Amino acid sequence: MFKIEVRDVHFWYGNSEVLHRIDLSMAPKTVTALIGPSGCGKSTLLRVLNRMNELIPGSRLSGEVFIDGRSIYTPDVDVYELRKRVGMVFQKPNPFPKSIYENVAFGLRIKGINHRSFIDEKVERTLRQVFLWEEVKDKLHKPALALSGGQQQRLCIARALAVEPSILLMDEPASSLDPISTAKLEELIYELKQTYTIVLVTHNMQQASRTSDRTAFLYKGNLIEYADTATFFTNPSSQSTQDYITGRFRTEG
Amino acid sequence: MNRVFLRLFKAIDAAGDWYDRQRGDGFALYGLVFTLFVVAIVLGLFTYVSIAGFPRLGTRFFTGFASRIPEQAGILPAFLGTLWVMALVFLISFPLGVAAGIHLERYVSQRRLARLLEVNITNLAGIPSIVYGLLGLQFFVRGLALGESILAASLTLSMMVLPLVIVATREALRMVPGSVTEAAYALGATKWQTIWYHALPLAFPGIISGVLLAVTRAIGEAAPLLVIGAVAFVPFVPASVFDYFTVLPVQIFFWATKPQSSFLINASAAILVLLALTLLLNLLAVRIRERWHKRIES
Ligand SMILES: Nc1ncnc2c1ncn2[C@@H]1O[C@H](COP(=O)(O)OP(=O)(O)OP(=O)(O)O)[C@@H](O)[C@H]1O
Ligand SMILES: [Mg+2]
Repeated sequence: MFKIEVRDVHFWYGNSEVLHRIDLSMAPKTVTALIGPSGCGKSTLLRVLNRMNELIPGSRLSGEVFIDGRSIYTPDVDVYELRKRVGMVFQKPNPFPKSIYENVAFGLRIKGINHRSFIDEKVERTLRQVFLWEEVKDKLHKPALALSGGQQQRLCIARALAVEPSILLMDEPASSLDPISTAKLEELIYELKQTYTIVLVTHNMQQASRTSDRTAFLYKGNLIEYADTATFFTNPSSQSTQDYITGRFRTEG
Repeated sequence: MNRVFLRLFKAIDAAGDWYDRQRGDGFALYGLVFTLFVVAIVLGLFTYVSIAGFPRLGTRFFTGFASRIPEQAGILPAFLGTLWVMALVFLISFPLGVAAGIHLERYVSQRRLARLLEVNITNLAGIPSIVYGLLGLQFFVRGLALGESILAASLTLSMMVLPLVIVATREALRMVPGSVTEAAYALGATKWQTIWYHALPLAFPGIISGVLLAVTRAIGEAAPLLVIGAVAFVPFVPASVFDYFTVLPVQIFFWATKPQSSFLINASAAILVLLALTLLLNLLAVRIRERWHKRIES
């Protein structure tokens, strides 16, 4: 069974339709890369998966999205519970202006967990998971905003993991990181794949081919191609995919 | 008179031009002149009041009650009345104003309704305080039968300063970065959790400044309290919120309108006390803000 199924999804901001008839399924514990030129709807599609788009006034969706076989857009779905199962990491690292510890603990606090030693343990575990523990264990109660960009991004991943999601959505998580932090992040994604289903938006073709199992190419709100990453990059079936991955692509208009 | 002003402006203009040629920034001079002008007025007033009132600031003044003899009159009931009002206005306007501010800023989803409420609240802030006095008299004193009490006065003043608290709360909430709210939502936090754990702590310094400003404004008011029946002579120390009351501005008003000039000394001394209280509240606001920033950063 698929972990995520997007069926016939259209999406509008006001009157402009930015996603047209998207059909896409993702198997559990895989990494799916979403690529495409700027403004093609990658972030929008990602945010459709955890209903973050609802926060934008005037937005509208048709079609269905299933997670673990259950539709997430039916009225009886608790959107807060949904977002706890579908974690998200943003393009720009956005830790809370609180301590490192509190950043990770927040996910537990909103679940009503206040048991001190339990939280301590969970904070350590998730920080280890993102290979940040050794770097921050002596300054857990120092401000998170004092960390480097790469550390902040890993902290944001830890913060998302602490809520115990089964899906992780990442929107260009490496775009503001230097090459070393990016390499660490990719390594981390590889590790996380053992446990989580990951959807990764990226502008970086190499990153897509290095980290993902399947790759989807979006263009102007249409899903042009969706295939096995190896096939996608070596033998794409559509001409525009071919053009895009070889850099011959032109965005007209 | 007009001529004099015209000349003055021309002179300043010429000075500005000269300054322009020297330094290239005439506007700075205008700014400086008018700032000094305002500062001079304030300092002048303060000096005058200080010189007049300072000698009166003795133990008797602080522990005495109203009296026909200026030298024996004191501000004890008025001072305590002001402290009562200060505390009550804080306790009433803080929760009400912050709750209303949060609601308007984060929960009203209809744009038009929000606009309408916003315009109304802004207008409320501009209504003359005496009108609140009339509202207080009709609604609190008579309607709710609270009588001419400290409670009625505090409720009236709270209504008056509520718009300040609401506006301060909304502005402080608006300053909270959208990325923080978004991050909290993405983790599955509810709207209330997002507000409680993130927006409010970040907005707190702004909110507390607004509340203390509101309290400062409230303890400086005499007009609405005269309307609802503050009295000149309170021969006892107020012990409950249902007691008759007087407050410093009202006391100052009564003293200042007396024919004997030595009561003016009393009025000046009371003004100094009121100013000191105001200053204290402002310092408190600064302290709280500093503390809070430290707390958030660690
Ligand atoms: N809040 C919004 N309101 C209105 N239109 C929006 C909003 N957010 C995005 N759009 C529009 O929707 C389209 C898709 O945007 P989206 O952010 O999903 O693109 P993207 O593929 O993530 O681009 P990028 O690579 O630059 O991040 C764009 O045309 C954009 O202008
Ligand atoms: Mg994007």
